[in-house]
Amino acid sequence: MKLVTWTRRGLAAFAIGAVLALGGAPAPTSAQTPEDVLIVGQIAEPKSLDPAAVTAVNDFRILVNLYEGLTRYKAGTLQPEPALATEWEISEDGTVYTFTLREGVTFHDGTPFNAEAVKFNFDRMLNEDHPYHDTGPFPLSFFFGSVEKTEVIDDMTVKFTLNAPYAPFLSNLAYPTGLIVSPAAVKAHGEDVGRNPVGTGPFKFVEWKSNERVVVDRHEDYWGENAASQAIVFRPITDANTRVAEMLAGGIDLMVEVPPTSLGQFQGDGYTVHEQAGPHVWFLILNAKEGPFADKRVRQAANYAIDKEAIANDVLEGTATVAAGPTPPAFAWAYNEDLDPYPHDPDKARELIKAAGAEGAELTFYVTEGGSGMLDPVPMGTAIQADLEAVGFDVTIETYEWNTFLGEVNPGLEGKADMAEMAWMTNDPDTLPYLALRSEAWPDKGGFNSGYYANEEVDRLLEAARTATDQAERARLYKEMQVIVQEEAPWVFVANWKQNAVTNDRVEDFRLAPSFFPRLTDVKKN
Amino acid sequence: MGGYILKRLISAVPVLLGITIIVFLIMSLIPGDPATAILGSYATPENVEKINRDLGLDKPMVQRYFIWLGNMLQGDFGRSYSLNRPVINEVLERFNATLILAGTSFVLCSVMGVLAGVVSAARQYGLADKAITFTVLIGISVPSFFLGMMMILLFAVNLKWLPVSGMYAIYGGGDLPDLVSHLIMPALALSAVATGVIARLSRSAMLEVLRQDYIRTARAKGVPERRVVMGHALRAAMVSIIPVLGIQAGFVLSGSVYIEIVFQWPGVGRMLVDAILTRDLLLVQGGVVFVAACYVIFNIMVDVAQSLLDPRIKT
Repeated sequence: MKLVTWTRRGLAAFAIGAVLALGGAPAPTSAQTPEDVLIVGQIAEPKSLDPAAVTAVNDFRILVNLYEGLTRYKAGTLQPEPALATEWEISEDGTVYTFTLREGVTFHDGTPFNAEAVKFNFDRMLNEDHPYHDTGPFPLSFFFGSVEKTEVIDDMTVKFTLNAPYAPFLSNLAYPTGLIVSPAAVKAHGEDVGRNPVGTGPFKFVEWKSNERVVVDRHEDYWGENAASQAIVFRPITDANTRVAEMLAGGIDLMVEVPPTSLGQFQGDGYTVHEQAGPHVWFLILNAKEGPFADKRVRQAANYAIDKEAIANDVLEGTATVAAGPTPPAFAWAYNEDLDPYPHDPDKARELIKAAGAEGAELTFYVTEGGSGMLDPVPMGTAIQADLEAVGFDVTIETYEWNTFLGEVNPGLEGKADMAEMAWMTNDPDTLPYLALRSEAWPDKGGFNSGYYANEEVDRLLEAARTATDQAERARLYKEMQVIVQEEAPWVFVANWKQNAVTNDRVEDFRLAPSFFPRLTDVKKN
Repeated sequence: MGGYILKRLISAVPVLLGITIIVFLIMSLIPGDPATAILGSYATPENVEKINRDLGLDKPMVQRYFIWLGNMLQGDFGRSYSLNRPVINEVLERFNATLILAGTSFVLCSVMGVLAGVVSAARQYGLADKAITFTVLIGISVPSFFLGMMMILLFAVNLKWLPVSGMYAIYGGGDLPDLVSHLIMPALALSAVATGVIARLSRSAMLEVLRQDYIRTARAKGVPERRVVMGHALRAAMVSIIPVLGIQAGFVLSGSVYIEIVFQWPGVGRMLVDAILTRDLLLVQGGVVFVAACYVIFNIMVDVAQSLLDPRIKT
């Protein structure tokens, strides 16, 4: 009997204790974040804050607030404009770029920004004999692979000599890989510079606590207009549901990459949902070398058969638009407005399949479980499978984890599969078609043309567009390329992702950028 | 006793060596390499080869294994390429967080589980027993990550009693009450399943002991029921409960992976998942070896405790 009394008493005490502990907890403090400090929910921990060493958009979102490059994207576009360089001159043949640098800029550590610093940054990345080349690896250094040498003309003038004309150079300089790091910081910290970042940007680095937060403070001596917020805290919250919960509880003020199914939670007055189309395209690589897709009519049939509207609106809940061709509309100057997406027309698809004699063809379809820019690849793959089966194909899906998937797809689909999912986010209309549609870019030649598409005219147009320095001329060439590629359908053009973000009502003047990594200089928090 | 402990420690060496071989082989043989993970869409054969060279992955596998093992024996776990810092710093920092979470959960599930088991055994088929058995069944059946998400919804989003995630408040936190308020939900969610398992096994262990003759003797000579249960019976039952606690400690440690993801707890489980996805070989290898070593040592401690409780176990 005694045991029971004791237990009841114990239970009662425990219950009272628990109620006191929970009820007495300082309730609202957990949700109340300070004024003037913007708290951003990121999707993962940054790998490093050394711009030359990282590849992920998640890291770029922090970097563009700490560092600046010679050029940057003009707000709301993907057009390069002056940043740390005030002007530049391009030689007649397009191989020599001479930049005049901005006067009176200092790094956060007080050292001056000058031509020597620029040369140091590019030599560190590109020159294997440079004393600080071992602070790498620098995975995206090939963005500047055409740079033959960097020379200091005088303190405020720097000259790049390219081995061939390369039109995307200015826009690559605006990409985070081209952001300028303080040489003094590299010398002081060596390979740990990624944990001790020093740039020239509107915010300076304060601390990085592993898997908890990265804190940056307003740089009071910034050369431009000072940032509106006192500080920004970047919190890595990997699980999307937890990120949504933090947003609802007020633990973060700004959340990127909201899962489509959670957007409904933020419809109320307390939140603003932001959307921005970016340079992203989601497509299916078709194996044009062998099997049914070697016939252009079957490739077109696949484009007609797949209901892309349904994928964009139902599977992706309206977070994407239907893609018309290989170039995303975000590259406004190079995008061909006259192109209409292939309509959803199963009858037309059946007709084309019949004409090609490919009825009932068996297709192997590579699907990934998830990866950079891949959105919701499994449900999308299943929807595509159903659409293709509706017009008479027999589709077998093979699913792979992302790294394994890339290991299967990048070396080419020959002998393995008829089609594969893929998505790219790029900074210049040159990048994707140049790397993935030219006949010189077949996998055995080191490119990403895993479906073995080949068209001499497309090859010629892409080479010409890369070497032309006049933007209007480049635009004309890209538009012509898009018409041919759409008609020949080496891919099924599926979707262009609209990046989204949510802010709460304490945040003002936030705008997403087409580049996917907005500068947060003007953002204010009340 | 000293000899026994030494013997157990020596026998742990081949186990740990085996673990180094297994984890090294797994990480070397799974498809996808670090260079592809770093480069993503940009992984051309040329770029991949350059990065592999930079990371020292162009050497033969056996040679790489011995370089790694040799460095590790000298205390050098290498450098994580994805985090750009020494593996050992990252592992120690993260393991500290995991230890706080898993340790709290382990204490919670041990105390609650054993108590629940004792109560339901003492009141077999009574109301308390039925209530506990029912609750335990739910605790075992609900996946911990789901329980975690439901707790977040109720206590953090709706009631705003507790913070959603993380280990400390972003601003103005850092003290013990702050830590405790962040710890309550993940620790409870993580201990739920183990509590259930321990409660069930404690119950049957207690029932076994309560049927023994010496318990009847104790009752017959008028020992108070509370002392019979808590003193005579529980002490004897602990001999079979403690190994279960040891095994559950392992489950709590591995279960913390899900909980750490749901609650964004900066622990070693999360770190390992990320490291595997980015093919951060040295971080995975170093992390697994470190955690395995801790688990082996913990098990030795359990065995020692058991031999102290039960003299029949040979030392």
